[in-house]
Amino acid sequence: MADVKLDLLQGTLDLMVLQTLASMGSLHGYGIARRIEQVSGDEILLNQGTIYASLVRLQQRGWISAQWGTSDNNRKAKYYAITRSGRGQLAKDSAYWRRLSSVMGRVLAMQTEGDR
Amino acid sequence: MGAIREACNRLRSFFQKQQQNSDLDAEIATHVELAVEENMRHGMPEAEARRKALARFGGVQQAKERHRAARGLPWLDILLQDMHYTFRTLRRDRSFTIVAVLILALGIGANVAVFSVVNTILLRPLPFPEPQRLVRILTKKTTGGESSQTYSSDATKEYQQRNHSFQSVTGYFAFTSSDNYKLTVGQGQPVPVTGILVMGNFFRTIGVEPFLGRLFTADECLPNSRPAVLLSYAFWKRQFDGNRGIVGQAIDLNGTPTTVVGILPDTFDFGSVFSPGAKVDIFTPFILSNFEDDGNVLALMGRLKPGVTLAQAQAEADLLFPKLDFNQKHPNWYGNYTGRLLGMKEYVSGKLRRPLIVLWCAVGMILLIVCVNLSNLLLARTAARSKEFAMRSALGAGRGRLIRQLLTESLILSSAGSLVGLGIAFAVVEFLAHQGSIALPLLSSVRIDASALAWTIAIAIVTAAAFGLAPGLKMSAGNLQEALKDAGSGASEGRKHEGLRSALVISEIALACVLLVGAGLLLRSFLHILNVNLGFEPSHAAAIQMDYDDGGNAAKRGAIWQEIIRRVEAIPGIETAGISDNLPLSRNRSWGIQAKGHTYRPRDLQGTFVFMISPGYLRAIGMHLLEGRDIRWSDTPTSQKVVIINQTVARALWPGEDPIGHIALVGGTEATVIGVIEDVQESSVEGQAGWQMYLSATQFGPEGSELVVRTKLPPDALASSVMATLRQINPGQPATAFRPIQGLVDHAVSPQRFFVLLVDIFAALGLFLASLGIYGVISYSVTQRTQEIGIRMALGASRSRVQLGVIWKTLRLALVGMLVGLAASVVVARLIATLLFGTAPTDPAAFAGTILILSAVAFLAGYIPARRASRINPMIALRNN
Repeated sequence: MADVKLDLLQGTLDLMVLQTLASMGSLHGYGIARRIEQVSGDEILLNQGTIYASLVRLQQRGWISAQWGTSDNNRKAKYYAITRSGRGQLAKDSAYWRRLSSVMGRVLAMQTEGDR
Repeated sequence: MGAIREACNRLRSFFQKQQQNSDLDAEIATHVELAVEENMRHGMPEAEARRKALARFGGVQQAKERHRAARGLPWLDILLQDMHYTFRTLRRDRSFTIVAVLILALGIGANVAVFSVVNTILLRPLPFPEPQRLVRILTKKTTGGESSQTYSSDATKEYQQRNHSFQSVTGYFAFTSSDNYKLTVGQGQPVPVTGILVMGNFFRTIGVEPFLGRLFTADECLPNSRPAVLLSYAFWKRQFDGNRGIVGQAIDLNGTPTTVVGILPDTFDFGSVFSPGAKVDIFTPFILSNFEDDGNVLALMGRLKPGVTLAQAQAEADLLFPKLDFNQKHPNWYGNYTGRLLGMKEYVSGKLRRPLIVLWCAVGMILLIVCVNLSNLLLARTAARSKEFAMRSALGAGRGRLIRQLLTESLILSSAGSLVGLGIAFAVVEFLAHQGSIALPLLSSVRIDASALAWTIAIAIVTAAAFGLAPGLKMSAGNLQEALKDAGSGASEGRKHEGLRSALVISEIALACVLLVGAGLLLRSFLHILNVNLGFEPSHAAAIQMDYDDGGNAAKRGAIWQEIIRRVEAIPGIETAGISDNLPLSRNRSWGIQAKGHTYRPRDLQGTFVFMISPGYLRAIGMHLLEGRDIRWSDTPTSQKVVIINQTVARALWPGEDPIGHIALVGGTEATVIGVIEDVQESSVEGQAGWQMYLSATQFGPEGSELVVRTKLPPDALASSVMATLRQINPGQPATAFRPIQGLVDHAVSPQRFFVLLVDIFAALGLFLASLGIYGVISYSVTQRTQEIGIRMALGASRSRVQLGVIWKTLRLALVGMLVGLAASVVVARLIATLLFGTAPTDPAAFAGTILILSAVAFLAGYIPARRASRINPMIALRNN
């Protein structure tokens, strides 16, 4: 059971990271985590550490690239940026999510009517 | 694409752990620092900001672990970890490791070696292109040796023309003897060479391409054509040092310059396919029209047209063969031909299927015993390690992880065993492949190939699972408390544990019992074969192939032979000498014989083995003249023809009469029966003797000549003096070897000897492993019960009482094992009944021997620990708490 939940979460987190990088440009790990928290309106409680597994996975698939750089306040940080194939993947994944959520919406709506 | 890239990246990460870890550490440090700064900007004090930042980050270790799992190869990490641990524990337990690996190596080595043999002889297709279309053409006759399985030149020609089933039909001269050619190089002594006549299309039909040069042309297969010869690869290497220039040159064969037209490939070994145990050096064209009047001389085979089945070809053969002419010049001589088509593979190895499968099963049982043995060893080890596992389990290792660890251990053990076993198998196979004297087909091409390697890997995995899983499951199933309790000293071992181990030992004994009974039966049967009355005395006799020049004149031949025998018998140490054209258990040929003045139905007569001999031959080879007289030098070409028959012929043609003095028709010629000899095993040691007759070599035309001498000296000691004598008479005598007649018998029984030897070795191996198993269990239980025994002795049990207790326990195990084993043996014995000669599957000696050996071994295996038990000092045993 726990595995299934984790899988879903993993997939979503990957997608969030991709989207964040696509809209914000190059960011370090902390920046990505904060951005996701802000956008989600603190509705999801993210263990920030989990983002690094997601980042290394995306990097290994060639969807994002990483480079050491210096932050605004002069700290050495790894900056991530989305690649071309990453954008392609993002388009595919977000289309999939939209379809899935619209289908889910319709299905759930049908159930509510049946209840009535 | 993405998946491959990810796999590559994961693999790269696996090797860059250090770098990646430090990168991640730096990243996390930055992350936390950035968070702390942001929090402080929101007005938190530094300590609070740091606490908050770390809380938001979550578990640092978990994050790192997830990172590692996402980027690398976690299963490989675990495997390496397990392997590392295994190597450490195995190194610590050195004696256990060595014993386990050796046991495995023996079992796996035997299995791989036997698999290689089975694979080569039974499973792999013959080494020809599209071998399933190759068919051997035999007759439906069951007696009469080679002559009744061969066809005449004209019959062959007619069958070639009339059949519609075969793409091509070909054959070879079936009555070749070894060393039948003389090769003379320069002025040197002639070298004996074995050659065989093959039809012009022989190599094309079976699909053999020359390594160098070309095959025979159609012209070379016509009468009076330029003599041509093909060399076998081995002979070319041996005799001509692999000189490529020899192709196109003429060599001196039997005094005739013969052109070497080509060299056959290394992969083609005529002997190993068509005549196991024989080596053939050269091939010359069989010229059909030269053999028109020589009767049935061709062994036939063919390649079916694509799409034609064996059954269709057989149906056609049933119609065609009875109509074939024996000799077109004499249309009224009937060939009475039949055709029995047999797939080539079936012809080559069909008879070996059963023995080989038996052999395979025997090694399979060895492997089972090995697995049981190791299971037992591991169980004992597991028991000793239960505390360790309880500890690991308590520290959070999951059940799967523990089983995985144990399986890794057994896999490493079985891999090590496989490696050593592969070495053993390699040595065995190498040895077998060079046993030219074993008359098993294709044996020379046995080697450890890819499929044998695959087989090894499969065996390694299966054995690892078989012997590793039981202890693994048992170990991880045990609950923590029990394990910790059990490991505490004082409590005697759980009964369950011991029950399982006893069951394993019992099954081991049962398996060994089956092996021993089988081996015993085969051994008894083999001894019966060796004890068969051959009708001649192979010991103290030797034969040498001799060459002479009589110019085709029978009287001259008589004179030469008489002189040779006179001179050879004059050599000190030689008791008696004689000459025959054929020896028993080697090349054979048959004619017809019947009593003059009788009419017979065809089924009353049989192909009769013909031997053309000199006076004294019967005595030299040790055949027994029952009545009448031997052939004499006075039986000349011009005097009345004479024949000596064997008992079987005497009984069949002159039942209830004394055949001496009767006239027989021998191949159409009248001859007086002058003697009757005891039946001789002419074609096989264990078969029924056929019809035989012995003619005077001066009255009929012998084919070849074997000088047989009877001597108490080793043949080698006489070789030079006999050779010198032969050279005095014929300077062209080639340097042929002196062959002990016993060698003919050994060669004939070599397949049986091979099987019996292997099965007996396996049985011994099984017995040894089973005894190790018994010893292990009993010895272990004595160790476990040291205190109990101490208490008993303190309470007054005598040494002998303790000893008897242990031995009785051993024998009880052995007894149960033997009961199970004997029951199984009865079934197995029935299955191998067809392989037995003169031995009933219920042979009491084999069964009694097995019981005796097993009991003795069990007693011994129990006695050693029993002795140890009786030496236990109660004081020390009790104090040792």
